[in-house]
Amino acid sequence: MSLADTDASPEVMLAFYRLLYPFKSVFNWLNHEHTPTKLFTHREFAFTLQQDVYLRYNSFNTHDDLKKQVCALNPTRFEIGPVYTARPRDKKTVRSAAFTPIKRELVFDIDMTDYDGTRTCCSAADICVRCWAFIAAAVKVLHTALEDQFGFRHILWVYSGRRGIHCWVSDEEAMELTDDQRRAVVGALTVIEGGKEMAKKVNVRLGNKGLPPSLWPASETLRLLFDPLILRDQDVFASESNWETLLQLVPDSTITEKLRDKWSNDPARTSSTKWSDLKRAIYKAYDEGSPEFIRLTNALEDIVIQYTYPRLDAEVSKHRNHLLKAPFCVHPKTGRVCVPVDPSRVDDFDPSAVPTVGGLLREINENGESGGEGTDWAKTSLKPFVDMLDRHTAGIMDDVRRSKRAAAGSDLSW
Amino acid sequence: MYNTRDRKKFVGKQDPDGAQIHSKFQYAHRLNFYDRPPLYDVTIEEFETCALDRLRVLAEIESSFARNRPWDELKTVTLAQCQKYVPLNNNTAITVDVDSQRRNDQLGHFVLRLAFCRSEELRRRFLKAETTLFRVRYDSDDRKERDGFLGSRSFDWIEVGDEEKNTYAKELQALEIKKPGEEYVREERYYKVRWTRVPDLVAKRKVLLRGGWAYVPSREQSSIIFQEFEANLARALEHTAKALPRMDEDTRLVPILNNLSQGFLAGVPSGWSSAPASGDEITAEMVDGIAKKHFPMCMRNLHESLMRDRHLKHFGRLQYGLFLKVLGLSIEEAVMFWRKAFSGLTDDKFNKEYKYNIRHSYGLEGKRANYPAKSCQQILLTDKPGPSDCHGCPYRHFAPENLQTSLLASYSSHGLTSTDLPEIMKTVKEGHYHVACTRVFEITHASKGVKKGEGVGGGESVTHPNQYTTRSRELEKSQEDAAMVVE
Ligand SMILES: [Zn+2]
Repeated sequence: MSLADTDASPEVMLAFYRLLYPFKSVFNWLNHEHTPTKLFTHREFAFTLQQDVYLRYNSFNTHDDLKKQVCALNPTRFEIGPVYTARPRDKKTVRSAAFTPIKRELVFDIDMTDYDGTRTCCSAADICVRCWAFIAAAVKVLHTALEDQFGFRHILWVYSGRRGIHCWVSDEEAMELTDDQRRAVVGALTVIEGGKEMAKKVNVRLGNKGLPPSLWPASETLRLLFDPLILRDQDVFASESNWETLLQLVPDSTITEKLRDKWSNDPARTSSTKWSDLKRAIYKAYDEGSPEFIRLTNALEDIVIQYTYPRLDAEVSKHRNHLLKAPFCVHPKTGRVCVPVDPSRVDDFDPSAVPTVGGLLREINENGESGGEGTDWAKTSLKPFVDMLDRHTAGIMDDVRRSKRAAAGSDLSW
Repeated sequence: MYNTRDRKKFVGKQDPDGAQIHSKFQYAHRLNFYDRPPLYDVTIEEFETCALDRLRVLAEIESSFARNRPWDELKTVTLAQCQKYVPLNNNTAITVDVDSQRRNDQLGHFVLRLAFCRSEELRRRFLKAETTLFRVRYDSDDRKERDGFLGSRSFDWIEVGDEEKNTYAKELQALEIKKPGEEYVREERYYKVRWTRVPDLVAKRKVLLRGGWAYVPSREQSSIIFQEFEANLARALEHTAKALPRMDEDTRLVPILNNLSQGFLAGVPSGWSSAPASGDEITAEMVDGIAKKHFPMCMRNLHESLMRDRHLKHFGRLQYGLFLKVLGLSIEEAVMFWRKAFSGLTDDKFNKEYKYNIRHSYGLEGKRANYPAKSCQQILLTDKPGPSDCHGCPYRHFAPENLQTSLLASYSSHGLTSTDLPEIMKTVKEGHYHVACTRVFEITHASKGVKKGEGVGGGESVTHPNQYTTRSRELEKSQEDAAMVVE
């Protein structure tokens, strides 16, 4: 059997689900305990079949049931939805009032396509190891905010298989958020707003004030990234249309006119030089501490944020009943597996080195005998990723055990 | 109508501590979280009246949302409606019975809770309107009385100590709202709550967040209170919904509750009085002129269909005939009007088949009832028009293209242009038919000085076609009077 990396044909997918997909690990992660709870049995699964048929409101009692159905339908991918008040597969037989979503991980979706205009290496659906740096920045900023500000502890990052990353927060408080509260998290974390036609996309200050404190850590992280990523590696302000956008973000026409002259007469000026030109012009024109000076340095701070801050797909996060592709699914175009990403080592992650379904099946062939269905991942390069999910789940389970014990302890009697 | 001796005991959860706040009033505070159900006997009549009064206020709040009224305007309109239907005075008021105001407020709230707990959609809308009403009242409450109210219940917040305040001094100062020139001197108090209790403040980055705790400055304290009110009421509504099947056994209440819950779907029952003002009679000849100048779309449509087809089907005659009666058309003039309109008929056929019905609707035949004209609510909800009928509400029952054509044909001479249509059609699409009609009234009376948001007067929405027409005629008359004074 010789398989191309990008092969995600029905035969290959079926072999992947039968031999490699870690159903047990995904079950544990969703269920928070070893024996099935409503977090799993009342959970919606949706399948996308080969002919783009979309099947919603499936639910299962155990991970074996899920596996059987996945192998029977052989979907190109499947998605995970909320936990409902009743089993989703009984949707038609229960009163509609008795069928509402009640729990759901808090999820985020970040996609590289939303970064066009801030990267020069690729555009649209393409992604390379260089633009992964933007995703890495997004992971750092959001992970820190979710932990430090919102107090979440069980945050899982998953590569989306092509050009983005998903985030799943499984804390009990996160599972129980209402749509209003989800919208509030999104509101607090969304900084980049306005479409293509809007030059200034960061508007988070009240007048001439400093940044709101919730953005201080992000601003600090991104400031350190701006020079190596935007100015040097991407050299974003090299082209005229791009440096013109930069000038539009500087609210001082005397300065921008001078710079426009200078930069159009010297097309070879690098982004780093242009940024220094801009800073020097501000220091030269105004006294430090003057209102004009503050306004312009605030603008610089906003520019750093505009070019590096995470772009969130807000709609995904706002509603409990939004579906999101399950971890370890295979991207049909790239053949890559949607593996978990360690946020503390996100800079080292290389999307082009992620295992492909073809490669994994080759590994099994080379390693000889299949050891038994469903555990073969342990013999392949998928193992470290499944282990990562298991470790993450162990943390969730510890918490659940602790809070159960605490609840039981209060009415314990001899 | 109702037997006033027929008393209904409200059965609710008994207050566990039975605590009575010592006060000269039975209800110590103007504001109410409605934790305790009314535990006294009420008559069916009180039951219905209090609920209906409150419903008028809530319905106006709903239409304020549909009209995108800014907060200040919503507040003014709502307070005016409250003053009219559910007044609540401060403890200092001496000329009014403060306790009975507060009792009615409580009763109305609890009756509507029963009426609106029965579907997810109604619960959501009731929750939003009630929370808004609470906010409006909270904002307008006397500072001292409000503090008294806040002290009367536990809000489960932790006051932030000095040590923690020092740790986060920089962040907290950055969140302070300083007026120009004002130094940071004020010792602000902060309250710590889980962030989930103040989602609005979190979304706007107005609070410091640490480990899931929000540090709320005292000036934003109201956010906690509003959220608490909303969360409390949401829980209570779900609770009531589950308990309701038992309530449904009381057959006298079910129709009232059904009626009330329709108030949100089709506007409130009109407060419009159906009796024509004396000395305001109109003649058969005047109808056509008044129609072109003052009729709402529904009556415009009926009038024009009648003129065009020389006929109207049963429900159309009923809707239009009663409307004309209340407008001031006497029985003699009515017979003349319809005889002329039905010009294709022989006298014999007219007298036999139609005259009786006209006299009947004036209470001169049959059971001699004085039938009122139909309100918007009745037009929207009863006798749905079939394919060849002309009655009903055009905003609801016309296809969008037809509605737009008819609006332009009827009102372009009164200032309505095609640029007004998108806004109107958007409201129609959202199901706020009376809001659309009210907006048309505003646009077509702009030349009489009516501004957006004023509705048919004082921000009130259209609830009755006769109210629409009468206000329209009043506006014309006051303009003529003013012109005469100038001359
Ligand atoms: Zn790239």
